[in-house]
Amino acid sequence: MSEQKANRFGFAVNRSRAINYDTSDRKVREYVTLREPSFRLCFACGGCTAACTAGQHAPFSLRKMNTYIRRGEIDTLREEVARCMLCGKCLLVCPRGVNTRNVVAMTAEGIRKLDRNEL
Amino acid sequence: MNSEIFIWPFNLGLYFILIYSVVRSTIWFRSLSRADKLRLQRGFFGMPFMQSIREIFMESLLHRRIFKKNPVLGYMHMSLAFGWFLLIVFGTIEADFFGERHLNPPSHAIFFRWFNPEHGASGLAAIYGHWMDFLLVFILSGLLLAVVKRFIPGMMGMKKTTRHTWTDRIALTSLWLIFPSRLLAEGFTCGVHGSGGFLTGNLGAALTSFLPAADIAPYFWWLYSLSLGTFFFLLPVTRYFHIPVELILIFMRNSGITTADRWSAYSEVQTHACSSCGICISVCQMSRAAGINDMQSAYFIKGLRNERDIAAITANCLMCGRCDEVCPVGIELGPLRLIERRQGERPATRLKFIDRYGLTRRREQIEREPTQSYSYLVPEEEEQADVLFFAGCMTHLTPSVIVAMKKIMESAGVMYRFMDEEGGVCCGRPLMLAGRDREARELINHNSDIIWKSGAKTLVTSCPICYKVFRESYYLEAQVMHHSEFINLLIEEGSLRLGYLHRRVVYHDPCDLGRGSGIYDEPRAVISYVAELQPVPEARSMSLCCGGSLGNLTLSSEKRALIAADAAGTLTRSAPDALITACPQCKKTFAQATETRVSDIAELVAVALPKPVRRTRSRSSANTVRTVADG
Repeated sequence: MSEQKANRFGFAVNRSRAINYDTSDRKVREYVTLREPSFRLCFACGGCTAACTAGQHAPFSLRKMNTYIRRGEIDTLREEVARCMLCGKCLLVCPRGVNTRNVVAMTAEGIRKLDRNEL
Repeated sequence: MNSEIFIWPFNLGLYFILIYSVVRSTIWFRSLSRADKLRLQRGFFGMPFMQSIREIFMESLLHRRIFKKNPVLGYMHMSLAFGWFLLIVFGTIEADFFGERHLNPPSHAIFFRWFNPEHGASGLAAIYGHWMDFLLVFILSGLLLAVVKRFIPGMMGMKKTTRHTWTDRIALTSLWLIFPSRLLAEGFTCGVHGSGGFLTGNLGAALTSFLPAADIAPYFWWLYSLSLGTFFFLLPVTRYFHIPVELILIFMRNSGITTADRWSAYSEVQTHACSSCGICISVCQMSRAAGINDMQSAYFIKGLRNERDIAAITANCLMCGRCDEVCPVGIELGPLRLIERRQGERPATRLKFIDRYGLTRRREQIEREPTQSYSYLVPEEEEQADVLFFAGCMTHLTPSVIVAMKKIMESAGVMYRFMDEEGGVCCGRPLMLAGRDREARELINHNSDIIWKSGAKTLVTSCPICYKVFRESYYLEAQVMHHSEFINLLIEEGSLRLGYLHRRVVYHDPCDLGRGSGIYDEPRAVISYVAELQPVPEARSMSLCCGGSLGNLTLSSEKRALIAADAAGTLTRSAPDALITACPQCKKTFAQATETRVSDIAELVAVALPKPVRRTRSRSSANTVRTVADG
């Protein structure tokens, strides 16, 4: 997780959150946006996170996932996306009509393809 | 005369298709599982055989199911199938009876008039000639309808007709040519010899009056033979392969073989038994409400058969099951689509014939890495309870349903435990619908654990999605009940006292509760008990999907809204006071699509509950029937 802290001389230091947009991996973002264009409608209100079934049991937030996808934080994303139960509550609460389940499915598929060097 | 060359296109075609059918069915039989082989063998020497013969007559020849849908469409299919069948049967009898010798080759019956041009001048033979002409008219009338249907599908109650591949088009053309060319060939020959029935004789006489019939006749006999031959040769690669395969399918189905949950020879037989008639297209709500015309079951099956990349088609389906209900061949379209979804992404390359049943496909299935993992779920501390109430994810988004259920159960004095009050775990069906059974199994195990440990006798759920998966994929000792069944039970055993609401309501059958689980009567009994239930178009097994279905991963919210508006419009045509449904998902979807009040069946019942007794009033007045303004 991004909140992991490194111990340096007895001080807890947050890992750098800086994103280098020149080196970050945008392949998954492109994969998701292309296959589920409604992904771009998201304005990160967090309604999905509030309704989430999986989120009650584990740190899982579609709103955060959105950010990870945009930033290309693939490693965080890989853990995060695996927790979704695809139950579809987020779909019903989304005020922007984002096809949230497909965003999750396409993210998982995109990462899988990335791992196999198919992207 | 038997050495006529023109009969050879027909002969070759016929022998080819016969040999091909035998080889293909042998391969299919060999690749069936051991249990299915036994079923088939047992079925062959028992009742299923008789049932199959009956079904083949009623469905493959008479097309009774299509008749029920639309009489003109039924007549079209029947005249072509049954008419052709009769023509072959009576043609064979004619050749056997009136021909120069018995037991002729098939070509002798098909081209009987060519070999016996003078036949049928008088007596029994002449009457027989009229009968054969009548059969030809019967077929030609159906053919005329088929041509009209291709250009004006609406005439036969079809919204759309199927788009075909080019091989299908060639086969279709040759099929359409068979009967007119027979008519003209017989006509010319009869004209020359002054024979023939009421149709071929008169037509022949008319044609011969101004045409050199003797010279023209052979060309039409050639055309007749060639169109038959072409049709037979193209049969295995076109939709017309359904003609022989449907017979195999009927035998297999009546012997008790089902699609189950993995690809098998039976699935393959089903894909070939599809005639692409397009009835699934015209009932599909994606087509009629949202204008999506490329993903219906006919196209799905066609893609499967031709091994095209159909990932997009496979995913884009509401899984409402309406097409399953109307399919005249009885193909299990929903289960087949789920099998295909389970395969996940597949390489676009065509699988070799041998690999389709063999290791490759199985191995792909096994090696597919899981995408989801729920190791974070902690087993819960369990309390004992007789009745467990599982609201389900969707019901948590409609808290009014939960409140209503609590009121009802308290009023009836049910000692229950609310299993997912603090937010439970998904039932697993959404994952299964996405083709991720293995991941779903993790959730199923988690929930099963809780239910088993509670020792519950009854599991009540408010969500048809959960209900279906609890019944079908969980191994539970508890009796699973949808809340509409449970409320009905409470009413029947007299533990729930309800008033009568003077309201006119309509009921919408949720897909997973009605078609999916066969629960049609209990909700209606409950509603009729507390309010006036009005009939709606397309009820019960043809109930409309609300459009919110979790079965479709890719459908956009705009298209969903179109489907919801169309369905809600149909349901509320009689301007009822409320639209009652039994599914939280349908309730939420409809609520955005219609002005009419949408409530769950539990909410309706909760309103009909007697008001709590107040001290100042007598008990009797508290229980009087009253209409309450709102739920």
